[in-house]
Amino acid sequence: MIEVQNLSKAFGAVHAVDDVSFTVGKGEILGFLGPNGAGKTTTMRVLTGYLPATSGTARIAGYDVHESSLEVRRRIGYLPENPPLYPDMSVAGYLDFVARIKGVPAATRAGRVDAALEMANITDKRRELIKRLSKGYKQRVGLAQALVHNPDVIILDEPTIGLDPKQIIEVRHLIKSLAGSHTIILSTHILPEVSMTCDRVVIINKGRVAAVDTPANLTAQLKGAERVRVEGRAVSRDTGGGVLDAEIIALLQNVRGVRSVEMLPMDARRHFVATIECQPEYEDIRGALAAKVVGAGHELLELRSLRLSLEDIFLQLTTEDSAAAAEGKKR
Amino acid sequence: MRGLIAIYRKEMGHYFVSPIAYMVSGAFLLITAIHFNRALAVLMERALQAGMQGMQYGRIPEMDVPGMVLRASFDFVGTLLFFMAPMLTMGMYPDERKRGTMELLMTSPLRELDIVLGKFCATLSFLAVMLLPTALYQVAMFLASEPRPPWRLLLTGYLGVLLLGGVLIALGSFLSSLTENQIIAAVLTFIAILILVLLNFLASGSSSGLGEVLQYCSIMRHFDDFTRGVIDTSSLVFYLSLIGLFLLLTQRSVDALRWRRA
Repeated sequence: MIEVQNLSKAFGAVHAVDDVSFTVGKGEILGFLGPNGAGKTTTMRVLTGYLPATSGTARIAGYDVHESSLEVRRRIGYLPENPPLYPDMSVAGYLDFVARIKGVPAATRAGRVDAALEMANITDKRRELIKRLSKGYKQRVGLAQALVHNPDVIILDEPTIGLDPKQIIEVRHLIKSLAGSHTIILSTHILPEVSMTCDRVVIINKGRVAAVDTPANLTAQLKGAERVRVEGRAVSRDTGGGVLDAEIIALLQNVRGVRSVEMLPMDARRHFVATIECQPEYEDIRGALAAKVVGAGHELLELRSLRLSLEDIFLQLTTEDSAAAAEGKKR
Repeated sequence: MRGLIAIYRKEMGHYFVSPIAYMVSGAFLLITAIHFNRALAVLMERALQAGMQGMQYGRIPEMDVPGMVLRASFDFVGTLLFFMAPMLTMGMYPDERKRGTMELLMTSPLRELDIVLGKFCATLSFLAVMLLPTALYQVAMFLASEPRPPWRLLLTGYLGVLLLGGVLIALGSFLSSLTENQIIAAVLTFIAILILVLLNFLASGSSSGLGEVLQYCSIMRHFDDFTRGVIDTSSLVFYLSLIGLFLLLTQRSVDALRWRRA
């Protein structure tokens, strides 16, 4: 549905987008992830025909975004970073206007406006003037605007900013429900959003694609050695001096599959927190760890696997990149 | 075409909720009403004096009071347009750019020309709506006059005002498409209009070849034809081509926004 090939966009000497390629299949949700200034917005603006690319091509539904811009624009709904609203219009009046400029025929226009209001859950605000709405509602009017002409492709630039947690969940549900019949690209810098809503992720940094994969694969691929966090309380024996830190470390070190143990000094109540790095060939050593700690007579308070989240992957990818770049410069 | 109508409707709606538009049209009506009142009173008095003087010599001179009031009114409205046009056009494009709605318009299946023409037609229509009440005084004066002057005078006069207004609005729309700042747009337009008026002033004092060219290019000279009840084809073509030129420039400048945006 969307094919982007070697897309570059330069503003003067600044390469906002540099040789970006990816494709999105029909009905897919693609997450566009990157720190601020990574080139997410610029890429989306090229896709919507707002900005011409410096080089490379982008096609939506087989139409080149530059050559057949009008055909492309007929097929996309776009929510820019700041929702493009007319403060003096009513919500329904605004959506009617957008439906008109998007070319929705008169016969179906009222129905489409109602449907968009319904989807964005703002039917009760339809008569309200946009300038009287809160930021969250304005964002939802912006979302309704992108849906009003029932476009094949929906491009959302940070659709959940300004919403409260409940609204964020609603919007994520809405986006998920639109997949299948619509192809969606959404950009965000909120990582859980991507793992929750998207089928595939493009991680972009400094205008370049750092990784393209499913959220699960990305997590698996970069997991590396698993780590476990153990929290407990050492129960003192009659020695008077209590249990030494070294004893606990030795105890944990003895469990099969443990590669190394790191532990903070125990406090007065002999509370300990240890981070254990596992040998990769052992699947899950948490059971063995628990048995060992309890077997030695200590209290086990918490045992948790420290999986790399998408957040770690993201940081890893984006900082590795800049570290490599810094290295390259030195040479 | 559908896009153009949608833009037109939106712009008209915007004018009717905009405080600036109400202030401009309110001030305009007040000033034109006062001017009409004074012009009528002064010219009637002068006609009366002339009549009295004429009686002494046994010959009453003919004086076309309604025609003179009408011409004075149109000249006055024409001058007011120089001040009003920048106010009417200053928000045309800067507003859209500041609110980010330009991004909506330019990612919708609209041609730039739809946007430019829709906005131009809406502003011109607003000017026409603003002028409408002033026609009431003129019609009342025409009805009270004996003998009644030809209605044609009224129609060509208003046509002239709309054409002159159209040129100024098209000019203002071009200049407002160049900037993101309303105030800069208004000042630019006002300066441009001042230059036009200045050229007219220079041309009227000169009889050289250049002076003649300047005179032909003066937007005021062509206006006079219309207020005298004459529709000169060359004046019509002159105004329409100026409007076309400025709208074309606006269209190019709106299109160029895509390349300028950083």
